[in-house]
Amino acid sequence: MKYLDEYRDPELAKSLLAEIHRITTRPWTLMEVCGGQTHTIVKQGLDEALPEGVRMIHGPGCPVCVTPLEQIDKALAIAARPNVIFTSYGDMLRVPGTDTDLLALKARGADVRIVYNPLDALKIAKDNPDKEVVFFAVGFETTAPANAMAIAQAKAQGIDNYSVVVSHVLVPPAMTSLLDSPTNQVQSFLAAGHVCAVMGWTEYEPIAEKYRVPIVVTGFEPLDLLEGMLMAIRQLEEGRHEVENQYARAVKREGVPLAQKQIFDVFEIGDRTWRGVGEIPQSGYHLRPEYAAYDAETKFEVGDIHTLEHPACIAGQILTGEKLPLDCTAYGTLCSPQHPLGAPMVSAEGTCAAFHSANRGLDARRVTV
Amino acid sequence: MCLGIPGKVIELRDDGAVLMGKVDFGGIRKEACLAYTPEVQLGDYVIVHVGFAISKVDEEEALKTLDVLAQMGDVVSQELETMGPGMAEPAVLNDDGTPASGALTGGAEAGA
Repeated sequence: MKYLDEYRDPELAKSLLAEIHRITTRPWTLMEVCGGQTHTIVKQGLDEALPEGVRMIHGPGCPVCVTPLEQIDKALAIAARPNVIFTSYGDMLRVPGTDTDLLALKARGADVRIVYNPLDALKIAKDNPDKEVVFFAVGFETTAPANAMAIAQAKAQGIDNYSVVVSHVLVPPAMTSLLDSPTNQVQSFLAAGHVCAVMGWTEYEPIAEKYRVPIVVTGFEPLDLLEGMLMAIRQLEEGRHEVENQYARAVKREGVPLAQKQIFDVFEIGDRTWRGVGEIPQSGYHLRPEYAAYDAETKFEVGDIHTLEHPACIAGQILTGEKLPLDCTAYGTLCSPQHPLGAPMVSAEGTCAAFHSANRGLDARRVTV
Repeated sequence: MCLGIPGKVIELRDDGAVLMGKVDFGGIRKEACLAYTPEVQLGDYVIVHVGFAISKVDEEEALKTLDVLAQMGDVVSQELETMGPGMAEPAVLNDDGTPASGALTGGAEAGA
């Protein structure tokens, strides 16, 4: 496919890796923010091909993983109601809540439907005026324009039986939260290319300046990632800390203004809890007061949620890059994509799932368990 | 969820509410909302995420990136010959330069 295949060329990958080896004189620790990037890095073994001492830490950019347990339990409580059609992106269905997940609810008779585009959820609401249609509006800045459009269209078209459970998170506050941590090891970031396609990169400039960290806006193909790593390491080696754009074919400095306008027509920024990480100030979108009628949490009054994580799961430390899946006693034993204990094992963007699908460390586990 | 794939715009349609269209992803055709990239013309490439075009692919920049990489390849191949011991061949490739098992065959399936 055009704009994909040419960025997977093994010969060019070899050149990029050689150049990374050539310019690297010291150990460096980089973080790729986005789970999609983690998936490619682990699947292709790019991290294992880097010079000794250069380490990739896998970041928290997995929307499914960081959606707080409380929001999942609320979604489950709403989905279980008799008159509700609950709609969601497919990868939320197997994320474990405290007691169950959406797929299990569906098996027990709840009307849970997968949608690819939130406008499809809106169409379901239009076609089923006697039902309440609820959409699980999760994701980073990438999904926000789509989720915002569906809500704005519900209002514009007077579709009152559509509402949303919102759990939107933002990348820049998560990066500063990591950098503020006393245990932070990250010296440079590969910023998430598609988040920046929407939002641009001006928000990252003060972060690079204040924390003196190079930030490279990076794409998702193997060559994009290797070039992003090369640009980040070159900055580190030269003592620079700028925002650079590797993913120029898709990202402009100002992003996509029309998408940003739609986001801020519907949402406002507020505090948000990240699963496994805790509350990060000003790190999420909430519905603006003029869209309160579309808030499923108030429409269905789901109070009194008592959440409980599985005691063996170390998802929080995985998400912040403090630990690797191989550090978890449950990885590949109690916890697998078939029986996930935590969200990072569910999503294609989760670090645990990326390790598991690349078969990392699984043979040893099978021998010892 | 954050899957973002480049595809070619093959149909534009303003259905009154929002600008919609059809996008071809290497033979697979899907509906997409083009409201955020109203400047796109038939034949342009867009990056589609959860059914919405979130960016128009800049062809010039795409070619420029490949050019830079290709030029670097020439310089690096000269460098490679002078590499000393300890500069291990990248693990992602076999000795003959072909990708090692599982390497460089798939690419991103998802991305925030």
